[in-house]
Amino acid sequence: MSNAAPKMTASGVNVFYGRKQAIRDVSIDVRREDVTAFIGPSGCGKSTFLRTLNRMNDTIPGARVEGDIRLDGEDIYAKAMDVVQLRARVGMVFQKPNPFPKSIFENVAYGPRIHGLARSKADLAQIVERSLTRAGLWAEVKDRLSDSGTALSGGQQQRLCIARAIAVDPEVILMDEPCSALDPIATAKIEELIHELRGRYAIVIVTHNMQQAARVSQRTAFFHLGQLVEYGDTSDIFTNPRQDRTKDYITGRYG
Amino acid sequence: MNKRAAPVARQPTDWQTPAMQRHVRRRYAAERRFRLLGLAAVCASAAFLFYLLATMIAQGASGFTETRLALPLDLRGHVTVTRAQLNGAAADLALAGAGLENAVDAAADRAFPAQGGEALLSDGAWLRVRDAIKRHPRLLATPVTIPVPVATDIDMAYKGIGTPESEAAVAALGTHLSRGLNVSFFTGADATDPTRAGIWGALKGSLLTMLVTLALAFPIGVLSALYLEEYAPRNRWTDLIEVSINNLAAVPSIIFGLLGLAVFLGTFHMPRSGAIVGGLTLALMTMPVIVIAGRNAITAVPPSIRDAARALGASPIQVVFHHVLPLALPGILTGTIIGMARALGETAPLLMIGMRAFIAAPPGRLTDPATVLPVQIFLWSDDVQTGFVEKTSAAIIVLLVVLLAMNGLAIYLRNRFETRWK
Amino acid sequence: MSVLALLFLIAALGLIGWVVARARAIRFRSATTRRFSSLPQHHGWYVAMWTLLPALVFLAVWHSVAPALVTDAVLATPPAAALPPPGLDRAAILSEARNLANGDAWGAFHPLSERLAPAYASAQSRFDWIATTIALLLAFSGGAVAFLRVRPGFSARSQVERVVMGLLLFASLIAILTTIGIVASLLVESARFFRIVPITQFLFGTHWSPQVIDARNPGASLGAVPLFWGTFFIGAIIAMAVAVPLGLMSAIYLTQYAQQTTRRWMKPILEVLAGVPTVVYGYFAALTVAPAVRDLGVALGVRWASSESALAAGVVMGVMIIPFVSSMADDSLSAVPASMRDGSLAMGATSSETIRRVLVPAALPGVVGGVLLAVSRAIGETMIVVMAASGVAALTLNPFASTTTVTKQIVDLLTGEAEFDSAKTLAAFALGLTLFVITLLLNVVALIVVRRYREAYE
Repeated sequence: MSNAAPKMTASGVNVFYGRKQAIRDVSIDVRREDVTAFIGPSGCGKSTFLRTLNRMNDTIPGARVEGDIRLDGEDIYAKAMDVVQLRARVGMVFQKPNPFPKSIFENVAYGPRIHGLARSKADLAQIVERSLTRAGLWAEVKDRLSDSGTALSGGQQQRLCIARAIAVDPEVILMDEPCSALDPIATAKIEELIHELRGRYAIVIVTHNMQQAARVSQRTAFFHLGQLVEYGDTSDIFTNPRQDRTKDYITGRYG
Repeated sequence: MNKRAAPVARQPTDWQTPAMQRHVRRRYAAERRFRLLGLAAVCASAAFLFYLLATMIAQGASGFTETRLALPLDLRGHVTVTRAQLNGAAADLALAGAGLENAVDAAADRAFPAQGGEALLSDGAWLRVRDAIKRHPRLLATPVTIPVPVATDIDMAYKGIGTPESEAAVAALGTHLSRGLNVSFFTGADATDPTRAGIWGALKGSLLTMLVTLALAFPIGVLSALYLEEYAPRNRWTDLIEVSINNLAAVPSIIFGLLGLAVFLGTFHMPRSGAIVGGLTLALMTMPVIVIAGRNAITAVPPSIRDAARALGASPIQVVFHHVLPLALPGILTGTIIGMARALGETAPLLMIGMRAFIAAPPGRLTDPATVLPVQIFLWSDDVQTGFVEKTSAAIIVLLVVLLAMNGLAIYLRNRFETRWK
Repeated sequence: MSVLALLFLIAALGLIGWVVARARAIRFRSATTRRFSSLPQHHGWYVAMWTLLPALVFLAVWHSVAPALVTDAVLATPPAAALPPPGLDRAAILSEARNLANGDAWGAFHPLSERLAPAYASAQSRFDWIATTIALLLAFSGGAVAFLRVRPGFSARSQVERVVMGLLLFASLIAILTTIGIVASLLVESARFFRIVPITQFLFGTHWSPQVIDARNPGASLGAVPLFWGTFFIGAIIAMAVAVPLGLMSAIYLTQYAQQTTRRWMKPILEVLAGVPTVVYGYFAALTVAPAVRDLGVALGVRWASSESALAAGVVMGVMIIPFVSSMADDSLSAVPASMRDGSLAMGATSSETIRRVLVPAALPGVVGGVLLAVSRAIGETMIVVMAASGVAALTLNPFASTTTVTKQIVDLLTGEAEFDSAKTLAAFALGLTLFVITLLLNVVALIVVRRYREAYE
């Protein structure tokens, strides 16, 4: 499995905000079949790096990305790359649940609608149902699809956002601390969901919670001060870190 | 592809199909259209502004100039005044009493009988001669040629918009006519003859009115803002005050005019048309603006400053007057200038309290009948004489320049002094 | 003594009080090492305050009653016996005499005024001296009493601060007084109007022609429905048809698309549009836009194309409102959390899709509130319609025809020569009351909508 070509490769990535350099020379492979976790103290650049993977940094004025990032071998920063399609292929779930102030159905249907993925109304309804089912939310909301997405609980909102991301059939899902605004029960549900989604999508998750990284991921990357300190199998990173900085962080010396 | 099959059986999206590519291209076209629409909206607003300004400048520029006729004068024997009479304050009266106006008219009749004689001259022509004589009394003793302003139809014809008769008169006068800066436009007051009409009367009225407005609205506005932000207890009274202020800021200005009419004129019998009534009315209108701007500036002062002062044992009054107010002052001043600029451009409420009278002499006191620049513009715009069109536009240019300067000052103050708190 | 000189004298007394009290406080402070709650200048202010306030309050009261006292004194003099009975003539003679006495006039039309003038002058100077003496006495004694209290243990600061506090409270009450003044004056005059014309006839009547009022049935030509329609047509339909799309699209372009430099230039330009006085817009509408609109109407084959059309006034008013709508839309759009925008962009939506399908719907309540405020502003706008709209009330849907508005009629009704309490002038107050109530309702509703919307994202 792991010898298949990586889904995404980043090599020599630098990110600048104006003059300030946020990411220094990061190279990393994201495997197709695995959940990859980015860990590190806050402000270490892990979220910034995550946002380079679907070019969400483009929306920040003054942000500049150097280096080479490829999705299935295609340079995503190439002129010919269409951001709209890239973001449809590389979905994203944010730190705080951000459902649109629309109905639950419309939230999930939004992506397929703008990308023209549904052939008919019935098809659209099916996509919505399937996405909600996969996000583990269908049973809870199937009777109130026309309620506002903002009326759901925090955990449900986040699963709605995951359903929304799934609905456009992405190949990679980026999750930026998806559980940081949730309670432990909702967190457990999301983690369970990540387990189920694994294999179907390449998943990259940023987390500040090391237990979470250990629980959900197969690969872990440790970031510190904008640099990638260590990257490897999760089990190795947590049991046998090669770098002192990683060890210090994992054993709780700082963070 | 069986889309009705179990959900899992759906194929991954193929982005490279021609249909998909077409869809994406359509979406980008829509994006460009939308963006262009936005740009068009912004450009339309800007274009309107520039068109308005261009129209005013095109029409008003000539209002700052006057046409002069070189009038040959020989006043010997027609106007007799003594040297002594020409010195001192009574000179104007003496020259008028000696029949200078008739003498000037007669000179025009003699010099240009075919072109219309005295009808060529502006009502103010003899005043120009009078002022010249006051400066150089020897003009009474020799034949001279003095350039005097011409009547409005000749003036218009010389500037290119005349009737056939006046065009003919201008052609016949030829090089006797010249153009110069219309000084009396800046020094005179309203007049029935457009060539004599000036804006100083209205400008002075505006100045007096604004003085009253500022003297009332600024202290009251600042003190209310301080009270509401710093001391007011949260209760029903405070809510009532806040609701009042927010509503007053949105009440149509004409309602303030009705208030002024009913209360200041109707109940208190204050002098109709006086700058003081106008100032009072506009002060009530401007005060809420200052309060709101003041409150914003005061809330922007971080609480840490108040805590620091309080921790040193400053009383609530000292905290506010030593620390909060000085820090908030630039913001308050900016708001005040903007509010004053609005009051300066206001017309409707002043029409209600009778400031639309024909005022031929600049007001000297707050209670004298006065008019203000915007009302003067309104009055001139209503006048049927074509000569007033350029005067109206010229007055508008003056008003806009004043307002622009005030707003520029406000922006400068904001950028220069306002501290940005984190 | 002139009022100004008196004020200066009192101010000087206050200054002396301030200096002396401060000096005294400094002296007793230096004599001991105790700590005091008040600084020397507090004592100074305390004395100055007591010097100034009683005298000034007295003068203010005096000035409102003095003219009546003077007139009474004049009426008690022998020449006054020759005055005609109370009426216009009597008032005219008295005011002429007053002007003569004050030196505001040089000659009199009525010989009696000249005889009364000396009486006026003497009464006035007598009362002036009385006022001056009392004011100075008050100032001096107030200051002296206060000065005696300046002692080491005396807390001048709390006294001064209490007065300052009272001043602050008084200042903020002015707003309530103004509101009460507006409501009361509109209600009182309107009540008088509704005694002449039944309120139902005014609110629901469809014929408006105040030029010809039948004295027996004034309400028949004072039905305001055509005015309400004209106001709504110009302010809420035509003006908004211009202002809402242009304002909203400008806000969208400037906040979502424009480069930093474009924004830096275009925003002030829009603000200038808001700063142009309405009289200038009115002049522009009447002089440039109205003839163009009429020509357009004629070219389109409209039969009643007027040069005082609703369209010209409405379009110019709409342009005036653009910056207002744009800044309200700007506020609402930027209140939408950035995460919404990111959420949509991260799914591969284009900017315009994000704006149209996520941002604008999310900001809609705020935008709607802003539009309501804009409508309230448009229907209260006066000068544009006074100068560009017609005075003829007509119930018409034709934008090229002439229409009048509430504000235009208020101005027309009150700028005639009619006496103050004819049905005509009172009608203006009834219109003012209607306008006030409607704009108030619009503002309240708009503020509630906007507040709800803000709370939704907090």
